[in-house]
Amino acid sequence: MARRPAKPRGDGPLLDIRDLRIEATSYPPGEAPRIVTIVDGVSLTLERGKVLGLIGESGAGKSTIGLSSMGYGRGGVRITGGEVRLNGRDIMKNRASGFRALRGREVCYVAQSAAAAFNPAHKLMDQVVEAAVRHGTLRRAEAEKRAVALFRKLSLPNPETIGERFPHQVSGGQLQRVMTAMALCSEPDLIVFDEPTTALDVTTQIDVLAAIKDAIRDTGVAALYITHDLAVVAQVADQIMVLRHGKLVEWGDTRQIIKEPRQEYTNALVSVHEIQHPEKAPTGTPVLSVKNVTASYGGGRVKVLKNVSVDLCAGQTLAVVGESGSGKSTLARAITGLLPPEDGSVTFVGRTLAPRLRDRTKTDLRELQMIYQMADVAMNPRQTVGTIIGRPIEFYFGIKGQERDRRVAELLEKIEMGKGFIDRYPAELSGGQKQRVCIARALAANPKLIICDEVTSALDPLVANGILKLLLGLQAEEGVAYLFITHDLATVKSIADSIAVMLRGEVVRYGPKSRVLTPPFDDYTDLLLRSVPEMEIGWLEGAISGRRMASAGN
Amino acid sequence: MGTSIPVLIVKRVGLGLLLLLAVSILIFAGTQILPGDVAQSILGQSATPQALANLRAELGLNDPAWLRYLHWLGGILTGDLGTALTSRQDIASSLWPRLKNTLFLAFWAAAISVPLAIALGLIAVRYRNGFVDKAISAFALASTSFPEFFVGYLLVFFFAVKWQFFPGISTVYDGMPFLARMQAIALPATALTLVVLAHMMRMTRAAILNVMQSAYIETAELKGLRPIEIIRRHAFPNAVAPIVNVVMLNLAYLVVGVVVIEVIFVYPGMGQYLVDHVAKRDVPVVQAVGLIFAAVYIGMNIIADIVAIVANPRLRHPK
Amino acid sequence: MPDLKRIPLGAWFGLILCAIFLFAAIFAPLVAPHGMGEIVGDVWAPASAQYPFGTDNLGRDLLSRMIYGARTTILIAALATALSFILGSVLGFMAAVAGGWFDTVSSRVVDLLMAIPTLIFALVVLSVLPTTVVTLILVMGILDSTRVFRLARAVAVDINVMDYVEAAKLRGEGTGWIIFREILPNALSPLISELGLRFIYAVLFLSALSFLGLGVQPPEADWGGMVKENKDGIVFGIPAALIPAAAIALLAISVNLVADWVLNRTSDLKGGRGNG
Repeated sequence: MARRPAKPRGDGPLLDIRDLRIEATSYPPGEAPRIVTIVDGVSLTLERGKVLGLIGESGAGKSTIGLSSMGYGRGGVRITGGEVRLNGRDIMKNRASGFRALRGREVCYVAQSAAAAFNPAHKLMDQVVEAAVRHGTLRRAEAEKRAVALFRKLSLPNPETIGERFPHQVSGGQLQRVMTAMALCSEPDLIVFDEPTTALDVTTQIDVLAAIKDAIRDTGVAALYITHDLAVVAQVADQIMVLRHGKLVEWGDTRQIIKEPRQEYTNALVSVHEIQHPEKAPTGTPVLSVKNVTASYGGGRVKVLKNVSVDLCAGQTLAVVGESGSGKSTLARAITGLLPPEDGSVTFVGRTLAPRLRDRTKTDLRELQMIYQMADVAMNPRQTVGTIIGRPIEFYFGIKGQERDRRVAELLEKIEMGKGFIDRYPAELSGGQKQRVCIARALAANPKLIICDEVTSALDPLVANGILKLLLGLQAEEGVAYLFITHDLATVKSIADSIAVMLRGEVVRYGPKSRVLTPPFDDYTDLLLRSVPEMEIGWLEGAISGRRMASAGN
Repeated sequence: MGTSIPVLIVKRVGLGLLLLLAVSILIFAGTQILPGDVAQSILGQSATPQALANLRAELGLNDPAWLRYLHWLGGILTGDLGTALTSRQDIASSLWPRLKNTLFLAFWAAAISVPLAIALGLIAVRYRNGFVDKAISAFALASTSFPEFFVGYLLVFFFAVKWQFFPGISTVYDGMPFLARMQAIALPATALTLVVLAHMMRMTRAAILNVMQSAYIETAELKGLRPIEIIRRHAFPNAVAPIVNVVMLNLAYLVVGVVVIEVIFVYPGMGQYLVDHVAKRDVPVVQAVGLIFAAVYIGMNIIADIVAIVANPRLRHPK
Repeated sequence: MPDLKRIPLGAWFGLILCAIFLFAAIFAPLVAPHGMGEIVGDVWAPASAQYPFGTDNLGRDLLSRMIYGARTTILIAALATALSFILGSVLGFMAAVAGGWFDTVSSRVVDLLMAIPTLIFALVVLSVLPTTVVTLILVMGILDSTRVFRLARAVAVDINVMDYVEAAKLRGEGTGWIIFREILPNALSPLISELGLRFIYAVLFLSALSFLGLGVQPPEADWGGMVKENKDGIVFGIPAALIPAAAIALLAISVNLVADWVLNRTSDLKGGRGNG
């Protein structure tokens, strides 16, 4: 290690942030610019080789704090107060060249979307070794050797040659691991992981998570691990810091945070999935019956649904679970008639639905409503909440004027929002409120079935939880059935009465919730269930070894 | 797969040629099928029916339109652009020297404006929202709002008439010494440069900014690379295609802008030739010159697309 | 109503100038001190109290001709813009919503028309058509509608795939509701700003044609034609040709400023989204 230029190294903790204050200037249209405080008086210390999890909802300032350890502010963000001490010196006293000397050498960064963070014009190897070579940490040949070793450690396929590939030639999960290798290559003291597994499918997430954890352990690097998912961070962190609105809520050992949270907010985060929902037994004729439905895109070239059959009883919830590309959203499109099935039939309230949307009756359309994942693009930004909710009432029931407004107000009460929202535009609502308005719009039609397409996956956990509770409450009141499409098994456990697991366009497991979630499992359901992070320390190791045993048994 | 680079380039060129063929049909149809009779225009209102009939026969106007089109197209493909109605001269031989003059003028305007636009675009990005950037966008606003002849005559008024640095009329002739020729085109080349510069600059700025805001540029910054390395290694390879695209689009625009500029400076190029013969309603000349302008324009667009294809790493290194 | 104090300086400048130009154009016979073709003095007399801009190549009052010229230039450009806009946006929206063969055919035709530089195509067509005001408006309007078509289609295609449009389709709404209530309100701000740009382009294009002697024909006054009439004076140091040229530039700048402001304002509306 003699060739390596001396890196500053103090005696105290690796990273010591004191009273950090970070501000940005926002330019609200038509108003004077305003200073917004993003992080307010946060302090933290991180010892060498330890992992600190930063957790919080969107807007908690966790990424901003992570990047402050590199003296970096995204998009006009400024560090306006406090100290950031790295290796014993206050890096905020640095000039530009001082920052450059520490970035990529003492501290490295792993971004949420590796697909965007890699330069499409260069081979992976060139990018992986770049920081180490530029900083003189390693010579090119040594850096490449180290990179290959890291690729192997991160269980990437073909570690010898994967560096010759370009970013677009490698899958998302692999790219995320290559990015981790890139961060580790220059042997930094600290790595900032910014939601590194959030964009991945659950079954991929667990592999990447395990790879990251092993790599951290074996290289002895310290890490700031930023995520919104407490169960994920509980697997890798020694300590967890809970943030909200840029302020510290609670900071403690991982075990203490998840087992004995001291703050109410932390407790809410920990117990977020605990909705008790007793399963309802199937009753009578189903409200929706999908029989042997087959559908494809591009005039039959790409089969996306293969012989799918499911039933849904009135007033109950059928959860359709699967990863991206499983065909779960396509099933919704086939049922609604947006993608007419090639084969099979859809029976709704005893009537066989016309395959095409435009051949369906108004009653069919009215009784089958849909709620979308992205509430903000599901509402016309130029219409007020009153128009958005009022239109189905007008359109289906011909009710206008005061009577319509009265109904809108009633619906707003049902979704736990006041009359005051009638004249608001979608842009003036929060994410959870938007989704509530979409629910009210669906309810306005007085439907028998609502298709919910990933309705909570874009929301923060607590907000999502509120939406789920609302949906369950409305089901009890109105007796409406839900076809609930999701990738999140935790959600499924909270609300479903029956479950269909989909894989590559097929239903691989289907039945009442209790039966689907009870062994013996088929391989895929098993994998899926094992991949959902649980808020238990050591869960990850158990899941990985269980998975190895399962594959060894094959 | 049909997505390998040579296949895509051949497809793009093929499409361009097809487009050119369609354009030739359109230009021919535009001048033949619309009202207005060529023989009548040549001979004037007072012509006798006999004279008109003779001329029509001579010009082949009695043939069906498609046959005349094929004749015309065949001629063009063999380098025969036909004969001018008014002067009875061979179009090709009077066109070539003018085409050379136009290309000479356009070349020097491009040689000044392209590097200048890219450099200024880079400066605007480097000092974004600063004084230089604001000055550049004000200049761009002015430039897109000024008619070519305003720029042209302002230059003439001050540089040729008031201060007498350069000639106000750009006479060039065969065998003219290079320096004298350069002096003659100084003002029209400047005018052309000013006309395209702002637009090219603003588009270059947007193209580079777009690249500079990518996540991989942040990755490079967080590796501690120097700004110059970031631009050279990470921004430049991805900015080449959009910049070439910008340049080509503006060069195409420059070729069209040349028409008005040539008239202002009485410069013996294709633009003036075209305008003169439109006024005289000399259809064969208009067709030939129009087709050449369209070919240059389509050619520029093909080059821009080919550069974009070649520079795309997804196509260069397929899965 | 917009708060008057919040209108930026540039927009004020643009609005006032536009108002002056429009006023001059509409009330030309009342405002102009002399007749359009009336010869009042020497050829190319310098500016004086009596003739604020001097006189032109035939000794006509330049100011009066400028005022009448505003009328011709703005009227023809406005009509051509209106034509290009109605044609382009109706066809563009229809292509986006209907899709299928209509979309394919209209898009290919537009590609073809745009493969020829507009000025060159106009010159080719004008070489056989009689140069009348109607011809000018039709040629300019049709050629320019290709650009409006591209924009309207692109904007509408983007909006058409939004979930809220899908929600309306699932509700069973008709095409009319979808185009006018769901798509149009969200397409307005880019289209309005485009309207300004198309008008500027029409003014510049008409002026270029007139300057080349192929647009508005004398004795009718239009700004481009006035540049042509007076251009020979330039070499004698007589700036008469620069005045109409400057007027064109000024009109274009002020419309540009107003269009910028309108674009910013409409996309800032409550709940508004910048679709630019």
